Amino acid sequence: MPKKVRIPTPLRKLTNNEELVEVTAATIGEAIVELQTRFPGIQERLVDEKGEVRRFVNVYVNEEDIRFLKNKQTPLKDGDEISIIPAIAGG
Amino acid sequence: MKALKCRECGREYPLTATHVCEFDFGPLEVAYDYDRIKKSLTRAAIQSRPKTMWRYRELLPVANEPTVGLQAGFTPLIKADRLAKKLGIRELWIKNDTVNYPTLSFKDRVVSVALSRSKELGFDTVACASTGNLANSVAAQAASVGLKSYVFIPSDLEQGKILNSLIYGAKVIGIKGHYDEVNRLCAEIAGKFGWAFVNVNMRPYYAEGSKSMAYEIAEQFGWRIPRHTVVPMASGSLLTKIQKGYQEFIKLGLVSETKYAVHGAQATGCSPISVAQKAGLDFFKPVKPNTIAKSLAIGTPADGFYALRVMRDTQAAADDVTDDEIRDAIKLLAETEGIFAETAGGVTVGVAKKLIASGKIPRDDSAVLCVTGNGLKTLDAVDGYVGKPREIKPSLREFEALLANEEKVNA
Repeated sequence: MPKKVRIPTPLRKLTNNEELVEVTAATIGEAIVELQTRFPGIQERLVDEKGEVRRFVNVYVNEEDIRFLKNKQTPLKDGDEISIIPAIAGG
Repeated sequence: MKALKCRECGREYPLTATHVCEFDFGPLEVAYDYDRIKKSLTRAAIQSRPKTMWRYRELLPVANEPTVGLQAGFTPLIKADRLAKKLGIRELWIKNDTVNYPTLSFKDRVVSVALSRSKELGFDTVACASTGNLANSVAAQAASVGLKSYVFIPSDLEQGKILNSLIYGAKVIGIKGHYDEVNRLCAEIAGKFGWAFVNVNMRPYYAEGSKSMAYEIAEQFGWRIPRHTVVPMASGSLLTKIQKGYQEFIKLGLVSETKYAVHGAQATGCSPISVAQKAGLDFFKPVKPNTIAKSLAIGTPADGFYALRVMRDTQAAADDVTDDEIRDAIKLLAETEGIFAETAGGVTVGVAKKLIASGKIPRDDSAVLCVTGNGLKTLDAVDGYVGKPREIKPSLREFEALLANEEKVNA
């Protein structure tokens, strides 16, 4: 069973408006590479020149922020849901 | 206004309803031509204008004269001697946004700007994701100029804050979830319906309204920046805009450069920023909120990173207080200064007390506390903690007996 990635509105131009994309990668880092091969250009939107996930890109695996799991090394298992969400202000 | 500019990479965008850099997701911010502003915005010019937040109009992001919220801001800065004595500090001031116009919170500042700009951009429907105060202000101010409004709130908000949105005829949508989940939903909605979402696609304009609080503090403090300012933090936006306001006044020569600190206050039940600050980190761990300070209950604070940077740059501190400490601080402020603040005000006063006790705000300094919302909106939080009226028959004898009894207790 693959893993599901939710694509946020600002990135859907790159995914032909697909909202839900499936990947088979074993980690977040590999999932980003896999997305890049299918949707060229998406990688540089998500990670900076050092290869780290950009500060204002929040990536969640089953609602847990990957910064408190293992960042890009966070392992993925079958059925996991990955969300990519831009930060929003409020109050 | 010159352009919208990404805070991260500096890419520029036209002055439309957009909030995220398409390249790196960084927040967009309004850029100004300060050399030009410096020519017209002098102390004398400001003092000649009406006492509202719009006396600093050149520094607020509207293209023409404002059309919404013309009476907002310029709330009192009160010298709080009785509270100062209780907290053991030489000099204490309250910036009292509990009496902001029209909806009794600092959100009247940001909404005045956001809706004025929304009208300039031609929107007929405005919306927001809110922990309550923002919803109240959007609902009221939209009604005042005939805009349609949708406000999205966590469904478990205080009754007062819910009624305070419904009364204006706004469409109020209660979401079964935390504010962060409301926000995630609104990020999706904002892209779809072509509305002016004040804290999503209008965020660059909206957020700038908070700077007016800093300008007013500096002017009312005698064209000086106070040594210490204590600010409540939800998304962290207000704290970063207070800093920006002070910096702009220095840049424009309206105040002289001086050492100052902008401290942050959170509730222990939702303290991702203060926990990170105390641990010396420059990033925060998102949390699931659980606090009576619902207006501050944002577990994934969008400006948390910048708030941490401001506190580091100004050598400031952060702390957080429990629900009981929040209630005690609300009572203390009411009993010493006659100001009834909402829970966020209790957070600010409670944290100020801690920072003074620990010496992070030295006792011989002076401090300004930003009290951002009115206690009448969060009556639920103090219900059951402030006693009850004693009831007697309309009889002088009964009253005398009650009084005598009271004196016995007090003796």
